[in-house]
Amino acid sequence: MADTPNADLKKVVLNDRHVAAGGRMVPFGGYSLPVQYLPGIIKEHEWTRTHAGLFDVSHMGPSFLELKNPSGDADADHAAVAALVEPLVCGDIAGLKPGQVRYTLLLNDQGGILDDLMVARSPRFGGTLYIVVNAATKEADFAMIAAATAGKAKFTRADDGALLALQGPEAVDVMGMLIPEATELGFMHYGSWEWNGARLMIARSGYTGEDGFEILCPADCAEDLWDALHADRRVEPAGLGARDSLRLEAGLPLYGHDLDQTTSPVEADLGFALSKRRREARDFPGAERILNERENGPARVRVGLLVDGAPAREGAEIVDTDGRSVGIVTSGGFSPSLGRAIALAFVAPELGAPGTRLFAVVRGRQQPADVTPTPFVPHRYFRKPA
Amino acid sequence: MSTHFTEDHEYIRQDGATGTVGISDYAQSQLGDIVFVELPSVGAKFTKGDEIAVVESVKAASEIYAPVSGTITEVNAALTGAPDLVNSDPMGAGWFIKMSIDDAGELTGLMDEAAYQNHIA
Repeated sequence: MADTPNADLKKVVLNDRHVAAGGRMVPFGGYSLPVQYLPGIIKEHEWTRTHAGLFDVSHMGPSFLELKNPSGDADADHAAVAALVEPLVCGDIAGLKPGQVRYTLLLNDQGGILDDLMVARSPRFGGTLYIVVNAATKEADFAMIAAATAGKAKFTRADDGALLALQGPEAVDVMGMLIPEATELGFMHYGSWEWNGARLMIARSGYTGEDGFEILCPADCAEDLWDALHADRRVEPAGLGARDSLRLEAGLPLYGHDLDQTTSPVEADLGFALSKRRREARDFPGAERILNERENGPARVRVGLLVDGAPAREGAEIVDTDGRSVGIVTSGGFSPSLGRAIALAFVAPELGAPGTRLFAVVRGRQQPADVTPTPFVPHRYFRKPA
Repeated sequence: MSTHFTEDHEYIRQDGATGTVGISDYAQSQLGDIVFVELPSVGAKFTKGDEIAVVESVKAASEIYAPVSGTITEVNAALTGAPDLVNSDPMGAGWFIKMSIDDAGELTGLMDEAAYQNHIA
């Protein structure tokens, strides 16, 4: 992403808090955001894996879609609003239970990924969806969703407040001090609660591989919420740098790097996002290509690599034992948890099996890079007992 | 002994015909956590301004340039196992290489400590 001149950068509502906490502000997705605080990326990363990291992800795109003329029958109204959104994505939106959050993909007609996003069914209002998209794609996503649902549903962007992610094994205990009811949420569920006179949307979700919460808060209570969380000794602020190293270890793709408009869900190893009902109905954009790849195999596959030596960064070429070019790194860096270089890459499908020895070309040198299953560091999501 | 700095934040500490090269405290603080350092081979010859090493932080790779022309006489093997020495002690245990200096006259084109502090102010 090209850097924007500082004068054109948008400030998040918590900008002053980041500066006061020693945040090193950098341009990201059109916003000025902290890449790290004083402790640095590795310490913030390790703190999140052992305690609780507090991330400001207000650059992302939270929004709501409400059916215009609800019947009052919650299930019928959910079916109606789901039917407006499903033509854009490959996920089963109709099948969401109240409060359930689903990871899905916005697709083009060629089966390429326009964005990866969260779509959730309101736990309280039939016919309302809570949708969170990526920062870099939010204007296009919002326009697309609004256009596809115009006349039948009201689309409201909610990116004028704060979106905070509280992530790590102690996040649940921290949340228990603030809003005890929210700790009852299972992974990929959300609820809304009053806190200090404001209504918070709290989802049990995140982008680190850890248990945790993502909290949407109105602008006028954002500083109070930040302060309340930050005051807990188990919580330290963590910047975009740690967010990136944590998600890389968790094997989670980053839109604009590991995913783009040419990448299909099958290539990207996101087949779990293709719901059975939608596959059988073949009723999502690019279904022909995607289902063909699912049946006969894609032209390339996303894999994890354990890299020897220097980090292999985005754009590094992957070669096989004969030196032939067989792929490219789409995200790569240093894993603080493993103390070594790791990468996500796209390679020829016959080379995608774990254990395959490949090489990443770094500054003209071939470094061993072995295909390995992802996540690199096991997920520790909170699965609620059934 | 005298220490000289480049505009790109390398330092060279001269001791007779030999110089010890590393990066300044300011440079390490700007780079953040150093996770990997790639060093040249002993015996390699460089001209002032050539890339002699690469330092990798969590976020990015940065090139380190020869402050003067010369030949590598020693590399800091400790950085292989402990690249974070560059963060904790950049002007001491976190040095990169020692080199024999071809032409001590090249040092006069570099900044002294006071001038460097002005440069980063």
